[in-house]
This record gives sequence, structure tokens and C-alpha cells, in this order.
Amino acid sequence: MTENDITLTVNGTEHDLTVEPRTLLVHALRDELGYTGANVGCESSLCGACTVDMDGDAVKSCTVLAVQADGTEIETVEGLAEDDEFHPIQEGFQKEHGLQCGYCTPGMMMTAKDLLERNSSPDEGEIREALEGNLCRCTGYQNIVNAVEFAADRMDADTAEDVAADGGTATIDDSDVGRTEGQ
Amino acid sequence: MSMDTIEADEVDVSDVLGSAIERREDPALITGEGTYTDDIQDPEMAHMAVLRSQYGHAEIESIDTSEAEAMDGVIAVYTAEDIEETGTPGDLPVGWLLPNLKTPSHPILAKDRVRYQGDGVAVVVAEERYVAQDALDRIDVEYDRLDAVVDPKAAVDESAPQVHEWEDSDVQSNQAFDWEIGDGDATDEAFENAAHTVSVDLENQRLIPNAMEPRATVAEYKPGTEELEVFMTSQNPHLHRQLMSAVLGVPEHKIRVVAPEVGGGFGSKIHHYPDEALTSWCSMQLKRPVKWQATRSETYLTDAHGRDHITHGELAMDEDGTITGMRVKTYAGMGAYLSTFAPAVPTYLYGTLLSGQYDIPAIHCNVIGAFTNGAPVDAYRGAGRPEAIYVVERLVTLGAREMGMDPAEFRRQNFVPSDGFPHETPVAVVYDSGDYEPALDKALEMVDYEALRERQAELREDGRYLGIGFSSYIEACGLAPSELAGQLGAQAGLWESGLVRVHPTGKVTAFSGTSGHGQGHETTYAQIVSDELGIPYDDIEIVEGDTDEIPQGMGTYGSRSAAVGGSALVTSSQKVVEKARKIAAHLLETGEEDIEFENGEFSVTGAPERSMTIQEVAQQAYLAHNMPEGVEPGLEETSFYDPDNFTFPFGTHVAVVEVDPESGEIEFEQYAAVDDVGNQINPKIVEGQVHGGIAQGIGQALYEQAVYDDNGTLVSGSMQDYAVPKAEHIPHMDTDDTVTPSPHNPLGVKGVGEAGTIAAPQAVVNAVTDALSPFGVDHIDMPITEEKVWRAVNESEEGS
Repeated sequence: MTENDITLTVNGTEHDLTVEPRTLLVHALRDELGYTGANVGCESSLCGACTVDMDGDAVKSCTVLAVQADGTEIETVEGLAEDDEFHPIQEGFQKEHGLQCGYCTPGMMMTAKDLLERNSSPDEGEIREALEGNLCRCTGYQNIVNAVEFAADRMDADTAEDVAADGGTATIDDSDVGRTEGQ
Repeated sequence: MSMDTIEADEVDVSDVLGSAIERREDPALITGEGTYTDDIQDPEMAHMAVLRSQYGHAEIESIDTSEAEAMDGVIAVYTAEDIEETGTPGDLPVGWLLPNLKTPSHPILAKDRVRYQGDGVAVVVAEERYVAQDALDRIDVEYDRLDAVVDPKAAVDESAPQVHEWEDSDVQSNQAFDWEIGDGDATDEAFENAAHTVSVDLENQRLIPNAMEPRATVAEYKPGTEELEVFMTSQNPHLHRQLMSAVLGVPEHKIRVVAPEVGGGFGSKIHHYPDEALTSWCSMQLKRPVKWQATRSETYLTDAHGRDHITHGELAMDEDGTITGMRVKTYAGMGAYLSTFAPAVPTYLYGTLLSGQYDIPAIHCNVIGAFTNGAPVDAYRGAGRPEAIYVVERLVTLGAREMGMDPAEFRRQNFVPSDGFPHETPVAVVYDSGDYEPALDKALEMVDYEALRERQAELREDGRYLGIGFSSYIEACGLAPSELAGQLGAQAGLWESGLVRVHPTGKVTAFSGTSGHGQGHETTYAQIVSDELGIPYDDIEIVEGDTDEIPQGMGTYGSRSAAVGGSALVTSSQKVVEKARKIAAHLLETGEEDIEFENGEFSVTGAPERSMTIQEVAQQAYLAHNMPEGVEPGLEETSFYDPDNFTFPFGTHVAVVEVDPESGEIEFEQYAAVDDVGNQINPKIVEGQVHGGIAQGIGQALYEQAVYDDNGTLVSGSMQDYAVPKAEHIPHMDTDDTVTPSPHNPLGVKGVGEAGTIAAPQAVVNAVTDALSPFGVDHIDMPITEEKVWRAVNESEEGS
């Protein structure tokens, strides 16, 4: 079978690799590059366990060909935390008990990130709708919804803090500040 | 109501038990660092793929593997013949035997005949995953197709196609067993004397577990030491080691089984399947590591399915609505072979729970087990108990309707009274403790029942149909004791081991034979050990899931981990404290009886300044310079805890739905759950287990069903065709609890893993049928689709 040379930038690191035209992005990430955070649950785009961010959009990496991803910037769950600080979404999942077995969790969090980048304060219905492509069999979804709400509040508070630090006039909700202390 | 989690360092050791501490499992899982089986890589690794029968029933006429073998990158192709040639036993054992049970041979690769779609026919081992899959297409199998049977009731008809040929029996039949429990004569008498009776014909549909992580195995045989190392998706590594030893003929002590992170199980990762043995066998032949990773379509075809009952149930009542008897006949589909614990599920885990929360003087239950051309059926979350409570709670709901009584009050009237415990049922179990009315009362309060009934009546005036469904459930957890299980046919004990090792520094490693797969055992077990030893939570490490590290174990299923595994850790911790007390008494120069132990400190009664911490004692125990006579150095203890009885959690769930009779749509208005699982070690984890269980129960009530066509072809063979509920399908759940400790285990816990799955289905079905009662609709089989609602309304007298 013919092979293709491609370049993937994963969590800021550039990788050159050679793949078959049919190699799935998730297998290139997991088997070739060792980013095993994205999990394979169904190989048919239905469960979402393999969701990663590709050039700013959440995609199911089990139905994207690695060659289609040539030259893109990929972010996986391994890239969520910064400087050993959990991303607010990770914090939300832990604080709100938004996971049990954890297999769907990386994909869930990448979808949540995509949602919050488009809509910084989604209501419960919008969160449930956004998560429709990510199946979870353990949690009953309720605490996942709570986790995303937690992250939205936290990210709002962080933004407000940034604005305030820049001399802006944003006010910070006391309850939000309280929740972020000691993290 | 949402409960906040607490960081571990905010909790004092005296409050550690019962606190909603954040899970210590989470940091690895939310950063992608957790290692699941498929995450294991090795440059030497080969990949196995299984060729599976596409037919439900067929003779294998020939298998030609030559073209596959000739492919670049293919290392080997094996069939049943190759396995036979190596002298490997190659047959999966049955772990629970019933009287007169027919036990067909279940080879790990089919030899002459395939009996369900997905039955393995050959395996390919290749250098790469994709090549192994490619090579499956190049294996040429000639089949002669046979008629199939998939319905368990039709399967025991004399004219049905035969799934197995019985060489040692004159009677050719698909009947695997004919089992009964209870007193038939007394029950018949109750029905003869009854003032009122109701009956129902119902199906408890076949389900597919759908753990998010498909099953997987990585096996490495090391010829130098003749050791086999197996990493796999297991709920019970020691049991898998034992069963695999029998299948492969490798001594148990030469096999190491490790369950790394396991992405959910729900029962499906208890059983021994052909695949892990095949992966191991291939590694033994090729002397290199071999990985097998199931695809989702393989899990649909081959994960042991759940439920599959066809039941006729009857309830007898006297003039005032007091239940006097119950009669149940069930046809249980077993699939093509008997999976590991399959015979126990529709019998001892089902028939024994038919009394529910009620004081019923006479019960009789007859279960016919039937072989069919479907995937083997075995334990799926709840295992037998959801099927039982579904029958009970449907009958009780119909009984209330027959009597013209409020369904909550009908239940209350028939509950085992709070002073009636321990309560012996007519179906051979003794409920340890219970107090059913407070749970019901709380649930009624949560939904504001009286106001809800008023609103229901008002809405009906406007042609809107609100339904309120009750489910007062009971379950049996922590299966026990081993002696009884043995008498009933179990080929395994039901104890659990726990080892507590206090290190010289005062830190602790505790080992449990259970094996969590999402339940948060590392957190809850550390809470238990911290509480017993008075050693800070963060100083305690928990190890599970590795047969080389843990003395022995039975694994995690049937909500046994806290009640049995947790109790083993308590017993071992108490032994540690007793040994440490001896050493402390010796060092503090007083008698053992004068030593008090509290929050990790030993002190002399009446002289609290003369004291030592348990950490100081541990250090002295390892220095061993000054030990009391007859006491060995070191500070670690092991115990094998065998429970005296099952535990019996209970509760009442209420579903409130609105049904549109025109379109058949069902919309949740409320879901309230009150569960009594005994003492709670970590209430946040309990809440999470309840949520997840309810979601699977609602999945069964409204969405999920494994469907075979008449040829034994699985029609619901993908997530496109089998409706695993999504976030939008599951309503907001309000949860609350009552606490009635179990009197016979040291933690007073009962178990929570299956509660929601047992409770939810009939709460929803009762709600839908309550909504449709003006149309005279008594029953709709699960899953209640919009079409079924529409048909029920249109076919009813009032609706037509």
C-alpha cells in the first residue's frame, strides 16, 4: 500500500510521520505518536470517546483520515492542562464527579471545550444538546452537565479577573471567586 | 440537589468515613494518563483479529486460510484444528451448575458448527492491526446454513431447530434447565381462595451492556520462565486467571492477570470469553506479545447480553387488597452457550427476589432456560434482580389498579413492616434489615404527590396525560455466604481478601481482591482504612487488579465491593490494630487491656500522656529490637472475609412523565429517587452510582433492545441501531436517601452499584401506563417506543 508523509502539530509539538492513506487520525495519534488520551469507542463517529480539537473544531478522530489532518494543529486531552494547572473543564469534571470509568472523559472534555469557546454561558439544555455526540455509560450525564457549568462559571470568573487586572471595570461575582480559591 | 465534593486534605481522620472526598482516580483520567489495555504498546507486539460467523446457525464445511497466510505482514492463521493439535483443553467452563443442567461444550473456536452470529471461526495474527483485519476477508469459509431460533419460548418447542446435539441424552431439546422455587401447592391454594387476581404477560428484553471501552487483551508468554502475563479488561482478574488456567492448561501460578484502567463493565467483563484465551494461546505459539482489541461491532455480537425473559406473572389478593400469593413462569434465553455464571442469573438471582418489599405468604416461580441462536446471556448490571423487581412492581401496580387503590397506599399496605426484620421470604432469602415506609414517604414528598395527583386530574380535563410511576425495589447485594453458594451450585467462593500493610514509615498500602472499573474504589477503600487505622487518608495507597500483588480475590460485580471487599479491609485493619496494641502495651509497659486506641494513637487508660502513635508502633515493629514475647516483627495482616448473608438495599423511585397519545412521545417531568444503601462511605460516589444506574434503567425502559431476526442475525448491531441513551435522553434526577445499616457487616453498608438499574425500568413503565390509564392501557413492553404507545392507545377500547 502507498504511504504518505504528513505533519501533525499535536499540543504544540510538530511531528513528521508516514501513514497509509487509510490510517485513521486516532490511530496515528495513539499508535504512531503515543497520545493515548483519545480513546476508541465505536470507530463510527457515534460515541465521541476519540474527540480531539483540529484547527479549533472538535472532531471525531476515528472518522478523520490522518492524511486529511496533514498540516493541522491538533489538541488532545494531554494538552488541556497548562503549566501543571488543570484546565477549568478538567477541574469541573473532578469537582462535580463528572466521570467514573473515565473512558469517554477525554472526548467529553474536548467537546465541552468546543462548546464553551462558542458559547461561554450555555444553559442545561444547550449543554445536553452539545454533548449529544458523546456517549457516557457510567454517570447518567447529570454530573457531566454540572461539570461543564462549573467550567463555564470558572472561565467567566477568570476572564473577569483578567479584565480587572488590565484595569477594566468588570466585577467579579463573589461566589465564583470563592469557588476558585485554593485550587 | 447537588452535593459538593471535598478535597482530601480538608478532612480530618475522624471524619474521613462518610465524607464526599474528591476521587483520587480522577487526575490520571482527566489528563489522559490512565492506561487502558489498548494503550499498552510494545515494539514486539503482534495483533490478533477474530473471524466471526456472519450466520446465526450453520455447519462449517471447510475453512481455507491459505490466501490469508500468504499476505505480507500476516504471521499466522489458526483454526480450531490448530488448537486441538497442541493438546490445549480449549473449552470454556461453566461456573454455576443447576440440577439437571445441560452444559454444552463451548470451544474457544467453533469446530464443526457455528451457533450464533459472532461465534469465532479462525484467528489471524499480523504485524499490524489493519493487516490482521484485512486478512480476515481472505479466509474462505464454506457454510451450510441451518434454521435458527431466537425466541426463548419458541426455542423449547419440540419443532424448534436444535442448537445442540446431545450425545448422552435421548431427548433432543433446547431446554437447558427447568428450575423452580417456592411452594407450588400453597401458592395454588392462595389463588383458589383469592378475592381478586391480576396477571400480566411481559418481556424483559435482551440488552447489550455497551461499556464504553470494548473488551481487549494483551498477552505475553515468556518462554524462559514459562510465564504468561495477561493485561485485560477484567472485573475479576483472579477468577480470570483461574478460568484461563483451565482453558489453556497453564498452571495458575504461572499466569499473571492484570486489569489496568477498565472502561466500564456492567457485568460484561466478569465472564471468561474465548478471546482472552485465544490471545494468550497465540502468544504462547508465537512467543511474542499479542494484542486483541475488540471493535464496537464485535462487542455487540459477543459481549454477554443481559435479561431476555418472557414471563407470565399473577398476583392474588384478598378483599381488602392484601397480597396473598404470587405465581410466576419465565422462559429465559441463555443464548447459544452457557456463559460463565449464566445459570445463576435467571434462577437464584431472580426467583429469590420475587417477594420484593412485600410480605407475601406464598410464592411459586418456575424458570425454563432455553438455548437459542443468540449471543450467550449472562449477568448485566443487576443480573436477575431487575427482572424480578420488574415483574413484582408491574403486578403490584396492576393489583392497586384492580383494587381501585392509590398505588403508593397499596404498596404501603403490603410492605414488610419495619418491625418485621429479619424477614424470611417464601423464596429462600432472609432480608437483613429494612424500613420501607420512610423511603416511600420521602419520595412522595419530593414529587409533592398530592398536588401532582390534582394536577394530573386537571390536565386530563384538557386532554393532557400525566403519569406517575412508582418503583419500590429491593435488591440482594454482596452475594454470600460461600457455603450456601456451594450448595446452590456455585463453582466459586464468595469471600473477598484484603491485605493491609503498614510500612516502617507509617504509610500504608492496602490490597483488595475486588477490581474496580469506574466505581472509585481507591478513594472509598482509602477512606475505610484511614478510618480504621487513624492514619491520614493521603498516606494510604490502594492496590487492586493484579494477581501478582494481591493474595487472592473474587472481583467486582453484584455490588459486592464495599460490603465484602470493604469488610475484608476492615477485618485486616482491625488485626493490624490488635497486633500494634500488643506492641504498644509492651513498649508502654502496661497490659493490653489498659491500652486505648483512638484516631491513630495508643494511650494508657487514665494516663493519656503515656502514648504512642500507630506510626511509631509500626517503626518499632520493623526495628524489632524490643518486641513482646511471641509477636513476630512487621505490621501487616491479611483476611479472607466471608459474609454471613446478602445485604438488601431498597428504596422508592418515582417517575413523572407526560405522554402524548397522538404522537406517542414521552417527556419526563420529574425523576425522584430515594435509595437506602445502608451506611455511605462516600456520598458523592453513591450519588454517582445512583445516577448512572438510573440512566441504564431508563435506557431499558425507553430505548434499548438487542434484536435478532429469525435467522439469528443481530439487527441492532451498531450504535446507529441500538439506542444507548444520550445526554438529552436522560432527565435531571433528584436523589435522596434513608440510612438503614446492614446489621451483619462491620461497615453497615449494603451496596449501590445496581440500585438505579433495578429501580428505574418499572418506575418509567408504571408512569407511562398510569398516564394512559384513561385509555385502558395496562401494559406496554419495553422499550416503550413512540410507536408502541401509539399502537397501545389505538388498539385499546377507549382509544379506538
